Order: sequence, then C-alpha cells, then structure tokens
Amino acid sequence: MEHPPIIQIEHLTKSFPMGKASFTALTGISLNFGKGEFAGFIGPSGSGKTTLLNIIGSLDVPTSGEVLVLGNSIGGLTARQAARLRKENLGFIFQSYNLLAVHTVFENVEFPLLLLNYAASERRRMVMDALEWVGLTDKIKSKPPQLSGGECQRVAIARAMVKKPSLVLADEPTANLDAANSHNILQTMVKLNRELNTTFLFATHDDKVIGYLRRKVYLLDGKIDKDEVFPN
Amino acid sequence: MIGFLFKGLIRDKSRSRLPIIVVAIGVMLSVFMHAYITGLMVDMIELTARFSSGHLKIMTRAYADNADQIPNDLAILDADGLMQRLKKDFPEIDWAARIRFGGLVDVPDSAGETRAQGPAMGLGLDLLSKDTHETDRLNLRKSLVRGRLPGSRGEALLSENFSRKLKVNPGDQVTLIGSTMNGGMAIYNFTVSGTVRFGTTALDRGTLIADIGDVQHALDMPAAAGEIDGYFTEGFYDDDEATAYLGRFNDRYSAGGDEFSPVMLRLSDQEGMKMYIFLAERMGGIVTLVFMIAMSLVLWNAGLLGGLRRYGEIGVRLAIGEEKGHIYRTMIYESVMIGMAGTVVGTIIGLSFAWLLQTYGLDIGAFTKGSSAAVMMPDVIRARITLADYYIGFIPGVISTVIGTALSGIGIYRRNTAQLFKELET
Repeated sequence: MEHPPIIQIEHLTKSFPMGKASFTALTGISLNFGKGEFAGFIGPSGSGKTTLLNIIGSLDVPTSGEVLVLGNSIGGLTARQAARLRKENLGFIFQSYNLLAVHTVFENVEFPLLLLNYAASERRRMVMDALEWVGLTDKIKSKPPQLSGGECQRVAIARAMVKKPSLVLADEPTANLDAANSHNILQTMVKLNRELNTTFLFATHDDKVIGYLRRKVYLLDGKIDKDEVFPN
Repeated sequence: MIGFLFKGLIRDKSRSRLPIIVVAIGVMLSVFMHAYITGLMVDMIELTARFSSGHLKIMTRAYADNADQIPNDLAILDADGLMQRLKKDFPEIDWAARIRFGGLVDVPDSAGETRAQGPAMGLGLDLLSKDTHETDRLNLRKSLVRGRLPGSRGEALLSENFSRKLKVNPGDQVTLIGSTMNGGMAIYNFTVSGTVRFGTTALDRGTLIADIGDVQHALDMPAAAGEIDGYFTEGFYDDDEATAYLGRFNDRYSAGGDEFSPVMLRLSDQEGMKMYIFLAERMGGIVTLVFMIAMSLVLWNAGLLGGLRRYGEIGVRLAIGEEKGHIYRTMIYESVMIGMAGTVVGTIIGLSFAWLLQTYGLDIGAFTKGSSAAVMMPDVIRARITLADYYIGFIPGVISTVIGTALSGIGIYRRNTAQLFKELET
C-alpha cells in the first residue's frame, strides 16, 4: 500500500432486521484505503456496496467489526460526532445529484461552508474556486432545474469538493448521465483526485466508471470477491 | 445561515405560501371570532344592564325576592333620601332610580271611547333632570323614530311597534290603566311625545317610557322607586369591582332581619347573567384555545406532508454534515417566520372583517323575534374590536405553527440517518 491508510476496515459485518429474522448485507469485510486513492466497490444490486459506502460515510454503523475513518471508529461515534466527521472531512456525490432546487448553483456549493462557519468573503473565494474546477463559473446564478444533468452533477461535485475533504464518496454518480457527460464528470474527478490528493471511493456497476478506477474491490453477496490494484 | 434559510423559504412556495395561507385563515377566524363574540357578549350584557339589571341594583329585600313579579308595593319608600346618601358615599357610581310597572294603554277616540288597547311594560326614568344620564344610557335620542323626547311632565314615549299597533302618533293622548303601590286602580293620561325603536324585540314589543315623577304620581309612589340602579362610569361591567361595592353597601345599609331594608345585587347575581359574565370574560381564551388546537392539528399534518416532501433535502443536509438537532431547529425557525407572517396577514384580514361587522352590524332581527329571555339579545349584532384583537392571533398563529412543525419534525428526527439517506436515493 503506497498511501497511508485513512480507512481501515476489520471483519465488518452488517445485518438488517427483516421481521423476526435478519438479512446480512456484509460479511467479514477487511480493507484499507490510503490517502489519494481512486477506488470503487463494484458489484450487482444487493451486493452490499452502498451499505459499505454508507458505513464509511458514517451514515450507518457496523453490526460487528471495526471501521476506522480518519482515525474515528464509526461504531463508537455519537450522532453529533458522526455529523462533524461528515461536515469537516467527507464529501458525498449522489446518483440523482440531490441539489437544493430553490437555491442557485452558488448557494448549493456554498452550503457546506455555511455549516463550517466560513466568513462570507472566504466562502465566495472557495465557491468560485470549486466552480472553476468543474467549469461552471458562468452558471452561478442558475438554479438546478435550469441546468442539464451533466451540469447538475458537476455542481454536486463542486459541492462535495468545496471544503477540500479528505474523502469523497460517490454512489453511482453516472447512473443518470449519458456517456459523454459521464466521461466528462469522471475526468473532472480524476483531475481533482490528482490535484488535491483527495481520496475517491465509488459504489458502481457502470463500466465507464470502472474504467477510470485505479483500485477495484468486487463485492458479491456481501463479501469481497476480488480486490485489484492498477498502476497509475 | 438564517439568510440561506430565508431565501429557501421565500422561493419555495409550498414551504411558505401554503402554510402562510393556512395560518392566515386560522388567525383571521380567531381574530374575527374573538371580536364578534366579544361584541355579542358585551352588547348582550350591557344592553341588559342599561335597560334592566344595572351594573349594581338596589332593592328592598322583599322586592328582590319577588323581582320577577315587579312588586311595587315592596318598593324603596325613601328612594330620594337613599339616592342622596348613595351619591355621597359612592360618588364614583352613577345612580338612577327607576320604577318598572305593567298596565294597559288605552287609546280614546274623539268621543273619549276606547279606540284601541294594549298591554304595556312601563319604565319610569329620570328624563327631566338637568344632570340625568338616563337619556344617553338608553340611547333614546338615536332610538327616536318619530316625534321628540319628553320635555315636560305628562309626556311619554311609546315603542314604535306598539304605537303602530295602537295607531297612535306623536301628540296623541293615551291613558295608562294600572294599579297603585297600595293596590288601588291607577289611571293616568300621557301625551305621546315620540316613538322609539331599540332594535330589541323584548323592548320594542310594548314599552311605555315616562319620567319617574309622572310614574310616582300615577302609581301613588311619592319619593319611592322600585329599584336604584348603579352604573360604572367606565361603561363596562367589572365583577370584581361590583363585588367590592356590594360588600361595602350591604354591610352599611342592609339589615338581614328587615325585609324592607335595601340590599345590593351585582349584575352577575341577577337571573341568567352569571353564565354570560363567565363566558364574556373567558371567551377570548376559549376561542384562542379552540383555534390553537384545531390549527395545531392542521399544521401538524401540513408539516408532516412538507416534511415528507423535504426528505430529500433533509437527507442531503445530513449527508453534508448538518446535525439533526440543527436541522430540527432550523425547521422551528422557519415555522416562527411562517407563523409571524401568517399571523400579520390573518390579523389584518380578521380585523378588517371585524371592523365591517362593528361598523355596519348584522341584522338578526328575524331570529330574535318573539324573544323574551331575561338577557336581552340585540337585533343587530356588532363585533367589538378590543386591544386583544391586535395580538390574540399571535397565540394560535405562531404557537400552533411551531407545535405543528415540532410534532411533525419529531417524525423526521427519529428516523435514523441511513434511512433518510436511503429515501434520498429513491
């Protein structure tokens, strides 16, 4: 492993109650991810990739095992500590963009900075930087319904990246995009990964995304099937 | 952050316009109903006080025990002397001696034979003294339909309906046939100076109003009066104040064993009035509480629907790192803003409707026709805008909105983050 680990997963198991029984989504997962990795969980629906991403993102907790993200044990975090971890260190990119429809592009990207209490002038500079990374400085006053799908996802990337997080989690980020837009988005993320040394973790079964990954963790029925690392 | 929230609130019409309309409607109804009920209750109480019960009433103990029979044989004999002492001991109260009586009004033709007759409820008031307030208290000038007010002894007013029924015009002579306080027959001639209409069925049916001096003369009641009514100079009844006066008067003037000694009653001691006073004093609170509960339920549901619609937004905010408590608080801040805006709009509209009802009134004469209740019901209902109407809407408007949001917000708050996140993706 060429990067120091920022995510350490040991014997992770996750079960969900289903009536009187329970459904095990993840079994015995042990993985490490270092800083600056561009990796993804690959597998069919139900393989457990989104559940794993949610646990790494402190949106869910392990049933057993240990998950350390940036030194924080996910299972032991209070709701407030988990929120703080997400606020300060994690960025999320969703399949369906999930932008705030009534707010402008600028305001959507600015929102994470408001939670971090940056001064107005600092916020403006950081938002403009983030929009420049994704090539949307001419759309700052537009609202999401006025943008194309590709533009919306670029806004979502700017929102995830504006606070320069250590880790970005992207769940099927190209699922709603055509091929051209998908490549455009992925190239932007590769560029940000290289320039800012941000770790990107994907949950995907899209070949276009898989093609860009430098580490591919294949999941099948909640277990690791393969873990492949490719040179830069 | 507040600016961010405010922008979202203004731009998202379903988060602002619809809840504001709901709050405004509720507040408008609260304000209007409060003004309407206050007007109705106060009108009923004050109308009854002015014409019948007084805010305070002094009678002999025996008269008080049989007041519904108007037993003038049990009247206060030295009413003039008692009036002098009352004016000295209770100068802050406006005192008025009155005689109620019943009788037959006979209208003669040119030959002196009976042309028409009708039963009358008579009221002897001080109409001719220089310092009398009875004319204003009973609003006689404004109630005049034809003719003028009595200007000298021997003149009387008839209710307009009664005069029409008897075919009597101002200037005509009528004869009152009744009984003296000693049980003898009383016959007394009045010249009708004018006719009045009070807008109250109980009074307009068959009333004769004359100066108390004439009535004392007619009924052989020199210096006597059936009752002495007291009125607070502020114009409105106050039960606490009345209780204090009652204690002072009865301690000083009333002797328990003497049935002819005077006794003071409060307006609330008189038939049917206690409940009305109770309702009038608490109606504002009752109306506010009812609307607050109703609006809380409506806004709770509106909040739930809004919350469901905002699952996506809430999920994103959680994912970005906003704490659940912070999201919950921002929802409460939003609800305060919506509550305030809706309340201002609702109060303005509610006051406008109340002002219309206060100014123009609503004629419900058709429904009160034939009414003979002890409490007088005005034929024209008017709202009464009080200071409370300017702020009372804020209680249901803001509190209900906050309660509604708080209740609906708990549902979202209790869902775990992963669940919200999952719903975000669907």
